[in-house]
Amino acid sequence: MTEPQTLTHLQRLEAESIHIMREVAAEADRPVMLYSIGKDSAVMLHLAKKAFYPSPPPFPLMHVDTTWKFQDMYKLREKAARGAGMDLIVYQNPEAEERGINPFDHGPLHTDMWKTEGLKQALDKHGFDAAFGGARRDEEKSRAKERIFSFRTATHGWDPKNQRPELWNIYNARKKKGESIRVFPLSNWTELDIWQYIMAENIEIVPLYFSAKRPTYEHEGGLFMADDLERLEKVMGYRPEVTERSIRFRTLGCFPLTGAVESEAATLQEVVQEMLLTTTSERQGRVIDKDAGDASMEKKKQEGYF
Amino acid sequence: MTDPIYKTDALIADDIEAYLDQHQNKSMLRFITCGSVDDGKSTLIGRLLYDSKMIFEDQLAALENDSKRVGTQGQEIDFALLVDGLAAEREQGITIDVAYRFFATEKRKFIVADCPGHEQYTRNMVTGASTADCAVILIDARKGVLVQTRRHSFLCHQLGIKNLVLAVNKMDLIDYDQEKFEAIVADYRKFADSIGVEDFTAIPMSGLAGDNITTRSGNTRWYDGPVLIDHLETIEVSSTASQAKPFRMSVQWVNRPNLDFRGFSGLIASGTVKPGDELRSLPSGKTSTVKSIVTMDGDLDQAVAGQSVTITLADEIDCSRGDVLAAADSPPEVADQFETTIVWMDDEPLVVGRAYWLKLGAQMVSVTVAEPKYEIDVNNPSGSGSHLASQTLHLNQIGVCEITTDRRIVFDSYADNRALGGFILIDKITHRTVGAGMLHFSLRRSQNVHWQPTDITRDHHAAMKNQTPRVLWFTGLSGSGKSTIANEVEKKLALMNRHTFLLDGDNVRHGLNKDLGFTESDRIENIRRIGEVAKLMTDAGLIVLTAFISPFRADRQLVRDMIDAGEFVEIHVDTPLEVAEARDVKGLYKKARAGKLKNFTGIDSPYEPPEDPEIRVNTVEMTPEEAADYIIGRILPLK
Repeated sequence: MTEPQTLTHLQRLEAESIHIMREVAAEADRPVMLYSIGKDSAVMLHLAKKAFYPSPPPFPLMHVDTTWKFQDMYKLREKAARGAGMDLIVYQNPEAEERGINPFDHGPLHTDMWKTEGLKQALDKHGFDAAFGGARRDEEKSRAKERIFSFRTATHGWDPKNQRPELWNIYNARKKKGESIRVFPLSNWTELDIWQYIMAENIEIVPLYFSAKRPTYEHEGGLFMADDLERLEKVMGYRPEVTERSIRFRTLGCFPLTGAVESEAATLQEVVQEMLLTTTSERQGRVIDKDAGDASMEKKKQEGYF
Repeated sequence: MTDPIYKTDALIADDIEAYLDQHQNKSMLRFITCGSVDDGKSTLIGRLLYDSKMIFEDQLAALENDSKRVGTQGQEIDFALLVDGLAAEREQGITIDVAYRFFATEKRKFIVADCPGHEQYTRNMVTGASTADCAVILIDARKGVLVQTRRHSFLCHQLGIKNLVLAVNKMDLIDYDQEKFEAIVADYRKFADSIGVEDFTAIPMSGLAGDNITTRSGNTRWYDGPVLIDHLETIEVSSTASQAKPFRMSVQWVNRPNLDFRGFSGLIASGTVKPGDELRSLPSGKTSTVKSIVTMDGDLDQAVAGQSVTITLADEIDCSRGDVLAAADSPPEVADQFETTIVWMDDEPLVVGRAYWLKLGAQMVSVTVAEPKYEIDVNNPSGSGSHLASQTLHLNQIGVCEITTDRRIVFDSYADNRALGGFILIDKITHRTVGAGMLHFSLRRSQNVHWQPTDITRDHHAAMKNQTPRVLWFTGLSGSGKSTIANEVEKKLALMNRHTFLLDGDNVRHGLNKDLGFTESDRIENIRRIGEVAKLMTDAGLIVLTAFISPFRADRQLVRDMIDAGEFVEIHVDTPLEVAEARDVKGLYKKARAGKLKNFTGIDSPYEPPEDPEIRVNTVEMTPEEAADYIIGRILPLK
């Protein structure tokens, strides 16, 4: 008998995520992987490649776009999908497009129309009955209680009081017509786990996570990157004052909504070092959690936000 | 304030490479904390997160704010607020669901299942315990071993948790009294022995004051055991322990990118595997040897329990999702009748005899549960009165029950292997997870009854009659015209030289089922027997017609599952209640309305119409004869 081999936490997290993805591939009629182009999505996509190797992942990749993402994100999106041998579906809510919904004039409606409504429309249009998302339980308090297989009604609502018990690693994927499942294979990963795995597996992420000299402007007390100055000017009604600064991002979303941090961390090691020494939590850079006080994420999810 | 668990800030700043190296090789332990709000559970977890720096500054600011506003600790930090998640729970001040928390030390990453303690949340505790390697059972030192301590310990033991920690909390409130601590431990040991717990570790601590959690407390100099974190860092993880057991892997997915590659993907449940190992595929029993263990990072020389892999075999053997690959010389058992312990998790109680889905590993089969042999009193699991008589199981009740699956499944006893012994039960109509169970052993009778292969097969029987067997299942309200139409259909089929038989209330209730009454389980047994008889008759080549109200979808589904695919034809005789009641041929509606007939379908008992029947006839628009013609038109050619 050989000495038992103790698996590391990353090996066990990887094995669990792969197991979850294979269950969905085997039991769902029409699964899809939601891809936000952030670091968590990058890890999730990498795990999908591993889960089904040497086959390509047996589902498409879908980005619910707001048209306001960073240019660097759009570039990596195309490349990542090709690299995985997966079909890429990009969905933009036509109504939001028609009404010119943007982060400056419309506030919370921007997220609601482009992301929440856009996602519901995209899922309905393609008839997807299971959608992978990269959310983690350590991100936010109400996530800590969400299941790995999270059920949504035909109108995409989430009922936190009516979740199915999840025992061992047995997942109940059965559902009625019209109902769907959101599946979170990274549920048990923490932010540090994600970074360590990116480092260990050499996963490509958007360069915006690393510090570089970038054009920035200040707006309502936050520091932002002038990713598309022409467009900013058009919606803001004036040309913001732009200065070069060494900045990076801890989380990526729409460029006018994603706060930058001044930083010199230009390598993975330095980024992790900065993360470990820093004392503000990841979602703080994003405005989305705060608009209804304490219970806002829970409320958003009941309405269908991912 | 005690020292934080991370003492490595300096290392992070000075030598990030060394730090990352250290953290790259951490192991992972999952544990559950049991205890009620009063025992200081949330406070303990809050402190673990706080001390290991899993709280960021902005969260801390919010915490301090909240502590002053709604906290229970005056101006002090209320750690419990950190871990109370959902808005509904905050309002009620209790933890309802299972929440998962994360923290890490230099040696380990920890996943904590934070579960509520009240009896009405047994379901949640069992869920949290199912994945745990270890359980931390909190007791309030002022109160000692309580009913809930016994319940929590019993449930953790049932779910197979080998490492129990008895956290005697709030020692600060009893002045760190050694004698009181030891009396509690002795009391607990007596109980632990009585339910078969072999060992546990008792630690005197205070979550609020921080004694013996991360650092040894000066207040308990008489205590020489481990502090909580040290203990959690050293206990063996169960996936490591299970490597010593025989190899098992449930096949989740067959990987077939092209004709030259056929791989079996799954998570290794126990043991180890190497190229050249002889494996047996179950239930078929066929053997082959491992050709390669394929991963995206290259083929492996060996894989162990806890890894997700893809295995290719040297021979083309039949193996698909749900099958189990196992060490050829010590395979798991295959059976269809078992003794189990079941925890009921749904608001609607268990219906004895109803068909549920059972999922075990990647196997999904239809199952029926017999009347519990007994229910276990979870509050008094070791006493002489711990076995309660019970006809069913309600939410949060636990019972020992025999179950029968519709085909043989591959299993190990739960005590040997959680992954091949634990199962969930799913309602076929609502799709909810209604129960969870643990297989103990197979029942001998299932192994000793062998099918007698006969030379005259069912195909022969059918061919001699020059027809295709069918079960025409008529369902509808009393007075809808089921029997009348079924009778018309049979007459017409007879004229077409078809061999038929009509089962109805008269010829079944007076003979085969005369021992059955009208309780819910009798009603299901009635339908089950009719289904079995119909099935035998189709084996004999007959076209069977049945005319029963059969108001419940689940019951009709039970029969549908028994009959060969395509042979079951559900016919909804669709008549509005007003029409059926106006007809009232037998005067039954009148009696029911007068309260002289209880549980009468349509009046005080529901009728669940088929959602998607093969045939629907509307008796308001059609005469019985027209309906019969329509049905025959739909089922022909019957060859």
